[in-house]
Amino acid sequence: MTTMQKLLQLPVNAVNIVKTVQSQVQGQEEDKSPVLTPDGGQQAWYSALQPDELRHLRSGGTGGGGSGDQEEKAPLEEGGGGGGSFQNQPLRHDDLKEMLDSNKDSLKLEAMKRIVAMIARGKNASDLFPAVVKNVACKNIEVKKLVYVYLVRYAEEQQDLALLSISTFQRGLKDPNQLIRASALRVLSSIRVTIIVPIMMLAIKEAASDMSPYVRKTAAHAIPKLYSLDPEQKDQLIEVIEKLLADKTTLVAGSVVMAFEEVCPERIDLIHKNYRKLCNLLIDVEEWGQVVIINMLTRYARTQFLNPNMNESLLEEGNSGEKTFYGSDEDEDEDEEEKEKKAEAAAMAKRKPYVMDPDHRLLLRNTKPLLQSRNAAVVMAVAQLYFHLAPKAEVGVIAKALVRLLRSHSEVQYVVLQNVATMTIKRRGMFEPYLKSFYIRSTDPTQIKILKLEVLTNLANETNISTILREFQTYIKSMDKDFVAATIQAIGRCATNIGEVRDTCLNGLVQLLSNRDELVVAESVVVIKKLLQMQPEKHSDIIKHMAKLTDNIQVPMARASILWLIGEYCEHVPKIAPDVLRKMAKSFTNEEDIVKLQIINLAAKLYLTNSKQTKLLTQYVLNLAKYDQNYDIRDRARFIRQLIVPTEKSGALSKYAKKLFLALKPAPVLESPFKDRDHFQLGSLSHLLNAKAGGYQELPDWPEAAPDPSVRNVEVFALLERVTTLTSVPEWTKCSSREKRKEKKVEKPFYSDSEGESGPTESADSESDSASGSESGSGSEESGSGSESEESEEGSESEEEEEDEEEKDKKKKKKELKKPVQETESEQSSEEEERKHERKHERKAKPRKSDSESESEEEEEDSESESSQSESEESESETEIKKKKKAAESKPPSKPDKKENKKEKTEMSLLDLDDFEPAPSPQVTPVNTFLSNSLVTDLEGLSLSDTVLSPATISPSSALKNYELLHRITGEGLSVEYCFSRQPFSPDANMVAVQMHFTNNATSDTKNLHMEDVKLQSGMRVKEFPEIELLPAGETTTAVMGIDFCDSTQAANFQLCTHTRKFFVSIQPPVGELMRPFFMTENEFRKEQETLLKSPGQLMGMNEITEKLTLDAKCRNEHAIVQRVTTAANLSRVPCGSDKECSPPVPPPDHPVHRFAGRTVTSSSLVLVTVATKEEGAAQLTVNCEKMVIGTMLVKDILLALTQ
Amino acid sequence: MIHSLFLINHTGDIFLEKHWKSVISRSVCDYFFEAKEKAGDPENVPPVLQTPHHYLITIYRGKLFLLSVIQTEVPPLFVIEFLHRVADTFQDYFGECSEGVIKDNVVTVYELLEEMLDNGFPLATESNVLKEMIKPPNILRSVVNTLTGSSNVGDTLPTGQLSNIPWRRAGVKYTNNEAYFDVIEEIDAILDKSGTTVFAEIQGVIEACVRLTGMPDLTLSFMNPRLLDDVSFHPCVRFKRWEAERVLSFIPPDGNFTLMTYHVSSQNLVAIPVYVKQSISFFESGSCGRLDITLGPKQTMGKMVEGLTVTIHMPKTVLSANLTATQGNYTYDLATKVLVWDIGKLNPQKLPNLKGSLSVQAGAPKPEENPSLNIGLKIQQLAISGLKVSRLDMYGEKYKPFKGVKYVTKAGKFQVRT
Repeated sequence: MTTMQKLLQLPVNAVNIVKTVQSQVQGQEEDKSPVLTPDGGQQAWYSALQPDELRHLRSGGTGGGGSGDQEEKAPLEEGGGGGGSFQNQPLRHDDLKEMLDSNKDSLKLEAMKRIVAMIARGKNASDLFPAVVKNVACKNIEVKKLVYVYLVRYAEEQQDLALLSISTFQRGLKDPNQLIRASALRVLSSIRVTIIVPIMMLAIKEAASDMSPYVRKTAAHAIPKLYSLDPEQKDQLIEVIEKLLADKTTLVAGSVVMAFEEVCPERIDLIHKNYRKLCNLLIDVEEWGQVVIINMLTRYARTQFLNPNMNESLLEEGNSGEKTFYGSDEDEDEDEEEKEKKAEAAAMAKRKPYVMDPDHRLLLRNTKPLLQSRNAAVVMAVAQLYFHLAPKAEVGVIAKALVRLLRSHSEVQYVVLQNVATMTIKRRGMFEPYLKSFYIRSTDPTQIKILKLEVLTNLANETNISTILREFQTYIKSMDKDFVAATIQAIGRCATNIGEVRDTCLNGLVQLLSNRDELVVAESVVVIKKLLQMQPEKHSDIIKHMAKLTDNIQVPMARASILWLIGEYCEHVPKIAPDVLRKMAKSFTNEEDIVKLQIINLAAKLYLTNSKQTKLLTQYVLNLAKYDQNYDIRDRARFIRQLIVPTEKSGALSKYAKKLFLALKPAPVLESPFKDRDHFQLGSLSHLLNAKAGGYQELPDWPEAAPDPSVRNVEVFALLERVTTLTSVPEWTKCSSREKRKEKKVEKPFYSDSEGESGPTESADSESDSASGSESGSGSEESGSGSESEESEEGSESEEEEEDEEEKDKKKKKKELKKPVQETESEQSSEEEERKHERKHERKAKPRKSDSESESEEEEEDSESESSQSESEESESETEIKKKKKAAESKPPSKPDKKENKKEKTEMSLLDLDDFEPAPSPQVTPVNTFLSNSLVTDLEGLSLSDTVLSPATISPSSALKNYELLHRITGEGLSVEYCFSRQPFSPDANMVAVQMHFTNNATSDTKNLHMEDVKLQSGMRVKEFPEIELLPAGETTTAVMGIDFCDSTQAANFQLCTHTRKFFVSIQPPVGELMRPFFMTENEFRKEQETLLKSPGQLMGMNEITEKLTLDAKCRNEHAIVQRVTTAANLSRVPCGSDKECSPPVPPPDHPVHRFAGRTVTSSSLVLVTVATKEEGAAQLTVNCEKMVIGTMLVKDILLALTQ
Repeated sequence: MIHSLFLINHTGDIFLEKHWKSVISRSVCDYFFEAKEKAGDPENVPPVLQTPHHYLITIYRGKLFLLSVIQTEVPPLFVIEFLHRVADTFQDYFGECSEGVIKDNVVTVYELLEEMLDNGFPLATESNVLKEMIKPPNILRSVVNTLTGSSNVGDTLPTGQLSNIPWRRAGVKYTNNEAYFDVIEEIDAILDKSGTTVFAEIQGVIEACVRLTGMPDLTLSFMNPRLLDDVSFHPCVRFKRWEAERVLSFIPPDGNFTLMTYHVSSQNLVAIPVYVKQSISFFESGSCGRLDITLGPKQTMGKMVEGLTVTIHMPKTVLSANLTATQGNYTYDLATKVLVWDIGKLNPQKLPNLKGSLSVQAGAPKPEENPSLNIGLKIQQLAISGLKVSRLDMYGEKYKPFKGVKYVTKAGKFQVRT
């Protein structure tokens, strides 16, 4: 404070000068002040408050926090206290100034609070500037903060005076405390004073290399501020941005990307090197930063990667091109050319299968968990990213999250529904399962109702139209007439889109014509009109019906519309039309104006087509109109008379009268207003407004050819550095930092195999598999490898051909020279070296870490070494994959068994090493068992004719899922996993066998592993596994225990005891494991199903639960269905159709029905499962089971297995 | 990003303004007033408005409009979500988000807004961080402050922003360590005239109140996590562990927070706890109508249904209601045309019934649609989806916390069409 005072006292006269200048400044201020609107009332209110406020001040400032309430309640003492009170009485704030000059902090605080309250209310407090600015160095933090608030608000207007405060901030920038440095920079950069631009620039540059990430974050925030103040600084600022983009902390990432977006969004090249880092940091960035980063990365990905739907869209385009070619005969040459081009492109696409860039995949994978964010903006950002970037098959995941947002505030609903509406046009299937979530409640605000209606209309198709129409029926009766009108339009759109219901809709709409509400009738007539115009051949019935309605309908708009219709299509109703005209002529004088006009129109049209019958009538009408009160009608009558009645005077025009009146009018197009809105980036303001907002960055089109992916490669040392920063993350982020490591593993080929394949090698399919897997578990790696090897059987040739000969040689040499073991060893050792290197770095980095971080150090290091170990393991599996590939190439399908073994082996080791995600997700595991499963089903086919084979062999034992019982960390080194082995448990047939894998990761031996203190629900029993006396460090062992779950999914809780510790654990079975396969023939199956369903004598009736579903795209063949069902539940397949089983080559029926049977383990009740496939992936799942609970749960599980 | 913020009450007075960049005249709000005029109902004002030079993004909360002025492209949800976060923060600090309370605490509000945004970009939105910087007001402190002149602003520097766990403040200490979790489920349903379910689903939320010393690492597991169809988490929850093990593992914020929200889809059968027998009819001739509503228990899982209410938005032409209720009271608000029948506990032996006549404006046509009934109810000690918390474990701290779980089922958007 003292220094500041000195500083301020130095130019004492400066303050005095200021004071003299003040009044002048103020005068200008008043003129240009943008705060005060010329809105007189408002100002009167403000000034009226003033005397009251002063009274408070005089009473010593104990009035309690400058409360606005008191002021408001105060009577308006000074009536219309003068709009120009500031100018008239410039010294009004003397008391405040006095308080600010006092030595008491409490008085200063009180004064500042009043001033801030004034600012908040939009009142001008600029005349206090000199008094306030003196307190910038006040020691009281609150006073200081409030002074900052004031300063930031008024500095722009009083630039000279603001300069007085600068030195305080400059001093603050050098403060040893990072928070003070940051706040000084924040305020300094917020003062919009052009003179200090160089100072700001310097400060930002310095802060950008500050030790503290928080200060660097503030520097990133300051960049756009400076840019908006002086755009000339752009180049220098870009340098700073580039530097900050390379920052590795989550704190900075969001802010710097925001700065990037505001300053230089076009410099996409700055992102290359930081792309992977941003992807990996994303999950730990604060939510607002996540939104900005995701939006930016969407744009980036659009410029850098190939369209994942390239092949499809090419084919689609090709088709549409063909259509237009046949449909229209104009521009044939051009079309042909285009077609050729497309064909070429399609051929190209065929020749070169689409390969997803691993970086592209990385982005998709790392953003997916954010769909679970509580922040709607984040969810929307991910949704738009998926919509714009993901392969078609994967976009579906966003639907659920978006539907969830519909529970949020109505503003959120509004925005989300707009975006959903756009999405539904392109990808209808995505939201179809959530149709009911868009049903409308009478309490929804109208704007939400109309948007929901839009979505429902977009979702309508042949299968669901009846439900949708039934819903619409209830909406039509709503009291909200705007909404009813929108509903009618929606019905019209459904009718045009879906031919089957057109007549129903039309009839319904015709009934609405008798509605009492004008709006409803008018809207229905308009919609009917549109519908009729589309189907000119069929509408005579309806026109007749509408003609009859003219007697009853009184709404002029509707009458007019009907008359127009009759006139327009008078040829279709030749008998009725003249009669209508006759009636109308009768009532002409009593009609409303719009109706009269249409009567004239009708008369004219009839005269032209059927002059015999209507000549007199027309003349009568025209005569009536001639003397009408309305000049519009008189004019129209004259005009038409001249046009249609040929006289000597009338020129050539009357010849064309028929053409004029009865020209073919184009049918109006009933289109969604959301069509083609997706060229705007979804979720953006521009999309919402359907107009380009300022600063909107176009979403670029996909590039034709992928730009060089190597630009994103980061030098090795940089990578290592990153690893060290990752390890220095405190304990709580361990989970996510481990993710990062995992991701790094996935990326690894990029970094380490620089001399090997530099390009992406995985196919799109296998990529997607591994992606879905890695999110949920360790299954990813081996699933990836599984599908890859499988793929290599099919497509390896074409792929291999493209590879360099050299590379091939290299690989072969490798393969020949090194035996597998050696190879892995060497790999491992190299890894170890790397690890050492990392360690070194880590140690170097240590001194910089804060205390809290070093606490977790030990454990971190531990897990670090493990992770690198797992890395080596990973590379091992990779080499194995390579080997397998080679093997597959040389002799494709000969030894599936061996491969299977190998795979299993890698699976095991991987699982043991993985920490937090031990359970491979259900949808992934099947992939690696695909081969074996198809084998199993083949076997099954054999067993049909040969029923001796025991059912146990049929169940796919390889599809076992591992669950975690005890985590390595909680188990202090001991980790336990279990799986349901699906083998009969020999000691007790009523028990489910549970196979447990114990791994001792600790450094010391574990002794006397046994179970204790088993807590069970009544009826349940457990057969404990035999005690394991010794489990040496690093060893793994297995044991089998049996549990009788009593056919319930209740968990079995018990203690797992070692010689030192006890761990509470529990085993909970998925319902599918509570049964064992049971073999029966199709006839038996049917009989059981029927008798159990029908027989009333049965005490426990068989429950039948039926669900309709849409099969996942990858699960439409028989193998896949069988395999997925048997993975989900321990059932055996019932052979289908006895005639087919004898001769396998008979082509399967179009829509096969798959049946599965089993018995529950404890009570041996039958469980029958039927999957009947239908067209286009639709299917029906039926589960019969005596136990309703089991049945329902089983339905859910199987449903999940089949749809994902 | 966000340029300015105006707080507007429902009568259209701008009572607070805050600018993060150059000052924007409050006359931009005129465009909003125009739209508000046009929309009639405040709920129908479009949240995003375009003006010649600015974009206005507005939310409506507690009879207040929070209007933000935007100049360039920004995801609208970003702004909307932020404005709601601002309103949440006010609620958190002052107990409610209303005009009076904001005017009373205008300085605190201003300080909060200053911290929450920097140059229009969100800076500190976590309640734990904000509370460290700006202490929420309470009576004792304001008395002390006036006497001693000390301030609301924390004199310690906010370290929360620096940590990797921004949601938890440092150095938390309690003598009684407790962690409470409320599992609250809401049934959203539409029933049609005949009582069949058109659409039903369960929306659940787990509200937590955690007062634990130090840095506890909690793990919450469920008996039946498979029930949950879709979930969203507080940022503290480790998503990977949920994916892999279906347990919630987190370092909690201090105090009250929403741990997760979840959704149990309509594919599972949703138990509907009550049934409604109703007949509402208006006569074509004569200006009157009849109303007869009976409620009864359906699938209550043996629990008592409490807080039963029926709310009916009557057609505009209904003038008055002359009804008799066998249980509870009814009120009919003539201005808003809302009939509320507050029943209370549902007695299965004696079903509550509301019966009587409605008088309709003479000469007005018969209303086309019968008004739908909105049901409100509450069932204690029951999560209707069957979700059960199995256990809560704490790591990282030595003491034994007191743990508690409460289940409540409520009616959400529960509507019966008539």
